[in-house]
Amino acid sequence: MTTEAIAVEEHGAHATSTGLDNRKLAMWAFLGSECLLFGALISGYLLYRSKGVGIKPHNVYDIPYTSVSSFVLLMSSLTMVLALAAIQRNEERKMRIWLTATALLGMTFIGGQVYEFTSFVHEGLSLSANPASSAFFLLTGFHGTHVTLGIIMLLSLVGLSLAGKIGPKHALYVELIGLYWHFVDIVWVVIFTVVYLMPVPKH
Amino acid sequence: MATVTEHLETPAYDGPFRRPTETQKGIVSWLTTVDHKRIGILYGCTALLFFLIGGSEALLIRLQLAHPNGHVLTAEQYNQIFTMHGITMIFLVVMPLGAAFFNYLIPLMIGARDVAFPRLNAFSYWTFLFGGLFLYSSFFLGGAPQCGWFCYAPLSTMGLPTTIGTLFYAIGLQITGVASLVASVNFVTTIINMRAPGMSFFKMPMFIWMSLVTNFLLLFAMPVIAVALFELLFDTAFGTNFFNPAQGGDPVLWQHMFWMFGHPEVYILILPAMGIVSEVLPTFSRKPLFGYTFVAFSGVAIGFMGWGVWAHHMFAVGLGPIANSAFAISTMFIAVPTGVKIFNWLGTMWGGKISFTTPMLFSVGFITMFTIGGLSGVTHSIVPSDYQQTDTYYIVAHFHYVLFGGAIFGLMSGIYYWYPKLTGKLLSEKLGKTHFWIMLIGFNVTFAPFHILGLQGMARRYYRYPAHQGFDFWNMVSTIGSFIIAFSILIFLINIVLTKFKGKPSGDDPWDARTIEWSIPNPTPHYNYLEIPVVHERDDWWHKKYSEDEQGNLVPVVAGASDEAVAHAEHAEPHMPKPSYWPLVAAAALPLFGYGVIFQWALGALGAVVLLVGIYGWAMEPVE
Amino acid sequence: MTTEHADHPLVEPAHEHAHPGPAEYVKIALILAVVTAVEVGAYYVKAIPRPLFSTLLIVMMFIKFSLVGLWFMHLRFDSPIFRRLFVSGIILALLVYTVAFSTLGLQHSSFHNFFHFMGRLIHGKL
Repeated sequence: MTTEAIAVEEHGAHATSTGLDNRKLAMWAFLGSECLLFGALISGYLLYRSKGVGIKPHNVYDIPYTSVSSFVLLMSSLTMVLALAAIQRNEERKMRIWLTATALLGMTFIGGQVYEFTSFVHEGLSLSANPASSAFFLLTGFHGTHVTLGIIMLLSLVGLSLAGKIGPKHALYVELIGLYWHFVDIVWVVIFTVVYLMPVPKH
Repeated sequence: MATVTEHLETPAYDGPFRRPTETQKGIVSWLTTVDHKRIGILYGCTALLFFLIGGSEALLIRLQLAHPNGHVLTAEQYNQIFTMHGITMIFLVVMPLGAAFFNYLIPLMIGARDVAFPRLNAFSYWTFLFGGLFLYSSFFLGGAPQCGWFCYAPLSTMGLPTTIGTLFYAIGLQITGVASLVASVNFVTTIINMRAPGMSFFKMPMFIWMSLVTNFLLLFAMPVIAVALFELLFDTAFGTNFFNPAQGGDPVLWQHMFWMFGHPEVYILILPAMGIVSEVLPTFSRKPLFGYTFVAFSGVAIGFMGWGVWAHHMFAVGLGPIANSAFAISTMFIAVPTGVKIFNWLGTMWGGKISFTTPMLFSVGFITMFTIGGLSGVTHSIVPSDYQQTDTYYIVAHFHYVLFGGAIFGLMSGIYYWYPKLTGKLLSEKLGKTHFWIMLIGFNVTFAPFHILGLQGMARRYYRYPAHQGFDFWNMVSTIGSFIIAFSILIFLINIVLTKFKGKPSGDDPWDARTIEWSIPNPTPHYNYLEIPVVHERDDWWHKKYSEDEQGNLVPVVAGASDEAVAHAEHAEPHMPKPSYWPLVAAAALPLFGYGVIFQWALGALGAVVLLVGIYGWAMEPVE
Repeated sequence: MTTEHADHPLVEPAHEHAHPGPAEYVKIALILAVVTAVEVGAYYVKAIPRPLFSTLLIVMMFIKFSLVGLWFMHLRFDSPIFRRLFVSGIILALLVYTVAFSTLGLQHSSFHNFFHFMGRLIHGKL
């Protein structure tokens, strides 16, 4: 397949008021907005983590298990940035390998979440068990959805690359998806600390 | 020569995802448009249609309340009507009218040919439209929301006779919220990054400043309501108890999150109108905006401070004296930058050569009516007084003065002012002035009595009031006023229709205006600027037309003195992005998700497919 | 004449400046792994008093957050405009949610002292 002029092709660098690319500026504006989104969800959890009757999230956490999950997601940020570095050096095959690795690590993380949450539900911590469980699942559900959308974007990039449509001119798209991916990782850094590790006072 | 846009040669692509060829006619051209001007017109027309619907809802309310113990509407009907009136006016009229102005004017006023992301722009419009239609479909599919536009929980999630309306509320506003958020990313990027060479921030028109602040507010406020709406949805549909105190939830959390969005939201509603007024007053005073820097910084200050006042909507909730005092003080402080603007507007008019055209009348009307609304607002900031005012018609008076007397009047001013740019014609001045005066009178006859009724103790959000309370007379007066408003809107519509058929051509610069959007032909050419302008000063167009002699008198600059006129003749039409189907397709997925949650999961699955197809189509088609 | 674009010329996109290489990224990843290990390890050391543990956690969270943001997301090497956009969102979120949740009375929580302090700061200052 020839490198057709499709959306992924860089469409001509414009001179702009700041010298920055519109799309990168837009992505950072969007990420700023996402801080408000996850801030609401995290604060909501902090407010509700002990509220209501019955078993609470912090009663059922498996810290070693979640630590491994967190580590996996953290490493996926490394593979992501290595993918970007590869395409910036015109190494398309290496980029695909690192992008696939990122997606696989992401899928491992999601798989881990699914397993973890299934076991929580079996222990009585369902979505509507109490406000604490609701807040927990809303927060982690939003996060997991973001990760899943990221995985879809990563795999799409790999597919497009196999079709010959991603060259060094398109490094920006890898960068933009990378920024999104790192952000989702950062949110998990906060969640892991504040939701899982932070001690909950007993009363 | 400053070449702002360079387009790579796009080889002809005729695969299945080929973009439609450009035609400027026919309904398909409107469905696939990515032209910011057309999208602006779509937003504006749709908003005006919703204005008529919301206005009709208002007339129903006024008919019900014309007499004590009214029986025009049942309680359940009334609750739906007043809820939808509020939702419509805020989310489906004033916000999209603001968007209409952002869309049409931002590229023109900064010297660009379009916004940063034209297809995303189209997506915003279609999403808004589908969100509005989704909300209104509730009337036919189980009942409209009955919870008020603020939808306090857990009444809305558990306490109403039927909660399907709450589902429509939570999902419908989520959909329109996506439209606003996506648009805000687009406009923030456009304003920061696509200004013409020479247009630094302090040379931008004030409307652009206000648009920038408004879009930053949208960017940061929409996620808050998004989370709140998800929690509301989950409580209503999935049995969670975020707001149910019996199970450990907290109703006040809903209020916090709603108003944390809601207060920046009211600044989102008013700032575009303030921006419009800041353009209209200088033109018709033939003077530059007084205190430009102060007005700009006041707008920014309002944007920041607006985040710190939200709990003044919750003074009667029981947050405690410390919280109440803190928010009371911040609320009093926010009156300051607003006042600064008002004085600067007056300063603009002072000593100017004023012509009271229709846009000017509406802008002056804005200043006076908004000030009245602001004064009642300041009285709300005094907590003990607010305890008496809360949930009475005094509050209803306040927000109608600022939202109708303020925002709507300002937007009307803008419609009359920039109408020539859209259509190449001037709206009739005679009908316009008639519209203004009748609307001004009708508006005051309708809403001034609410101050009295409120202070006499008439409660808001009730479908009827008892007899022998002393409320009868002013309610009747108000109802009469509402029909006067309706009559004025009829005049406005007649003006539009007559102008379409018999309107006078406006020429390119009918108002002898100051900003660069008036330097190009009317109606605006498809590509906006044949040649991207180089901006040297604030009010650049004015300075191209006039210089001043030693006494400060205006001296017209000789036409043709600049070589830009010569350059125009030889320029080929710039290449513009082609239309696209995909924004419309992607937007259509969102109501499908909504219906899926409420009725049948299969619809949601269909929505997911449509979204995936829409996004892939969008990503795969040629960029232009 | 359009040679002078006044005081606000358009800017051509800058060429990429020196990126960290893969080796440096791996180093950052190693630090991240170590910090995570310390976090989890500290969780199991019962001897650490609660307020100290909470503070350490916040500090380590901030370190990881910053490492990813500054290096992986390239904020350290990019235009400050990106950092400002992002940090504005963070600061606004912190402020607004702290105020809201302090009025909702986060009693008996390990954040209680922090919120109490913030509450006194905000209310006291006014």
